[in-house]
Amino acid sequence: MNAREDMLGRVNKALAMLPERAALPNWDAELAVAHKLVDHHAPFELFCERIKLVNGTPMTSVAEVAAYLKKNGWMKGYCDPALQKQLQEQFGPEFTLSPEFDRTRVDDYAFGITRAAGGIAETGTIILNDTLTSRRLGALAPWVHIAILPRELIHLTLADAVLVLGDDPNVIWATGPSKTADIEGILIEGVHGPGVQIALVL
Amino acid sequence: MSVSPIDGFAANLKKETHDAVYNSTKATHEKRTKVLFDHFPDANRLREIAGEIKQHVIENLDTYLPKVEEKLKANGVQVHWAPTALDANQAVLDIMRKRNATKIVKAKTMVSEETELAHFLEKNGVECLETDLGEFIVQVDHDHPSHIVRPIIHKSRREVAVCFEKNGLGAYNDDPNVITQRARVFLRQKYLEADVGLTGANFVVAESGRLVLVTNEGNSRFCLAATRCHIAMVGIEKILPRDRDLALLLNLLARSATAQQLTVYTEFIKGPRKPTQPDGPDEMHVIFVDNGRIDVLATECRDILRCIRCGACLNVCPVYRQASGHAYRSVYPGPVGAVLSPLLAKEKFPELADLPKASSLCGACQEVCPVNIPIPDLLLRLRDKNKRAHGPTSGTPPLGAWSILASQPTAWKAAMAMGGLVNHVPRVLMPGPLRKWSDYRTLPPWRGGQFRKWLKNRPAAKGKS
Repeated sequence: MNAREDMLGRVNKALAMLPERAALPNWDAELAVAHKLVDHHAPFELFCERIKLVNGTPMTSVAEVAAYLKKNGWMKGYCDPALQKQLQEQFGPEFTLSPEFDRTRVDDYAFGITRAAGGIAETGTIILNDTLTSRRLGALAPWVHIAILPRELIHLTLADAVLVLGDDPNVIWATGPSKTADIEGILIEGVHGPGVQIALVL
Repeated sequence: MSVSPIDGFAANLKKETHDAVYNSTKATHEKRTKVLFDHFPDANRLREIAGEIKQHVIENLDTYLPKVEEKLKANGVQVHWAPTALDANQAVLDIMRKRNATKIVKAKTMVSEETELAHFLEKNGVECLETDLGEFIVQVDHDHPSHIVRPIIHKSRREVAVCFEKNGLGAYNDDPNVITQRARVFLRQKYLEADVGLTGANFVVAESGRLVLVTNEGNSRFCLAATRCHIAMVGIEKILPRDRDLALLLNLLARSATAQQLTVYTEFIKGPRKPTQPDGPDEMHVIFVDNGRIDVLATECRDILRCIRCGACLNVCPVYRQASGHAYRSVYPGPVGAVLSPLLAKEKFPELADLPKASSLCGACQEVCPVNIPIPDLLLRLRDKNKRAHGPTSGTPPLGAWSILASQPTAWKAAMAMGGLVNHVPRVLMPGPLRKWSDYRTLPPWRGGQFRKWLKNRPAAKGKS
């Protein structure tokens, strides 16, 4: 008997003794919505409000992003090849926006600019997937991650976003910068992923 | 009568550790209550429904397991079955050997703690590195996690700084920011060098074959961005029926675990990467692990398999707060551990039989459980199981003498009258069992016989006589 048959056989035997099985509840989708947070709010405004609460940063223009990066001395980064030409022009020649990501030099990129597949207003979450994110590492390894997010792709609730996960092999929700409180409960940002998470909502 | 091991651990706990565990768990519990009930006034309804969903799954694993296997395979995932811990570890090693891989980075997974995967792989010549900051510190310090969600809740920043210095990770510096940045620099090279990334799964959805992983640090994301092969080691109870059920469970999980609305990274994996995506695994395996779960399924304690490993019951438990996680001598501490650990220990059940008794049955663990597990009931069932199978265990006072006294009024009356002597006997002269019992407890002053005296002398009684 192989391991699969052995395990399934024992599961069958264990459950055979139950006189009846628990039914699957059909719960109302409204139950999983934090109405206090989302009612009477438009997705874009709520997203901008909620992302700040998880220490993310909403921005609404390329110029605002470029000014923020320049102020912090972050002049070189990775940029999605589909956006690179246009953004390089808008950022100006003092910035280097590389359409290639060299995994042997991950720390050479101060920032990574990628396309978001959506957002969740209720939680201030940026949605990335394999189809639109040109490089998983480009959105993860640099200290600053900038996700370009069309405002019409913002879902109001987490429950809405769960229903459209689709067939992409990898969807990831990023809710603020990477963080830990492992050491004495003290919050530290930028553990393995970005220390700064920016949503450029256009 | 001997002192139970958990009492011994609690009595010898360093004050610094006790205070760290107590303050941290209390604060997290209070924040959890606020964030959950502020956002969901009817949060208990969410917990009840989530519990019903999980109970449905474990009582129908015979249909869900083949169904999820089929979906995973359709998504391009290779599925393995591991009846024992050794089988699970061996499956990981076999996959690595087939790829000629010698380095693996792993995200936090409780089931791999159960199987002691890291030790197994290291013994077989594989470099296996924990990447969750807390688990990484535990690994380099040759320690054990003491909390399901916060593995180093028992450690101070000074202890971590000493550990880093001792292991060549920088000169002594106890600033948590510096410690974290040093780990960041060290570990990202390890991700990039590794061929295989290992994770667990918080949920596996039967209708879509989707694995769901939640983390805050981004370490599991790095494992799945830098490596070429993904292995997920998953307990058989992790299944959810539908994608829509995730809305309920995700809303409950982060709030219960860390008092967050949502963890920073919530990753949904439906097979290997697309050819157009340059980063991430092009090969994916799921290992379904039994390791005692099916035996639990066959008992009256099967409800414990609902657990989603949030740690909320640890944070609220007065016993965990006083004793800390190592007192439970097993992978799962706290109330969930008091049920699950003795069950998973199989023939070693008697060694952990004191754990189900380490509870006042106050019920707080069930009140906070996001899947509404009736932990107090399960603790009572385990106490009963142990009593029937093995008789009294350490920590149980002998009850034979009590039985004689309580069944004979004359003997009881005499005992009440003479019991007052206890107030005057020095501790060293007490009978052995009573002296041992009072090693960690203070006897209240003897006041026996007061009720009989009152009853006899009360005005109504005097009037009748």
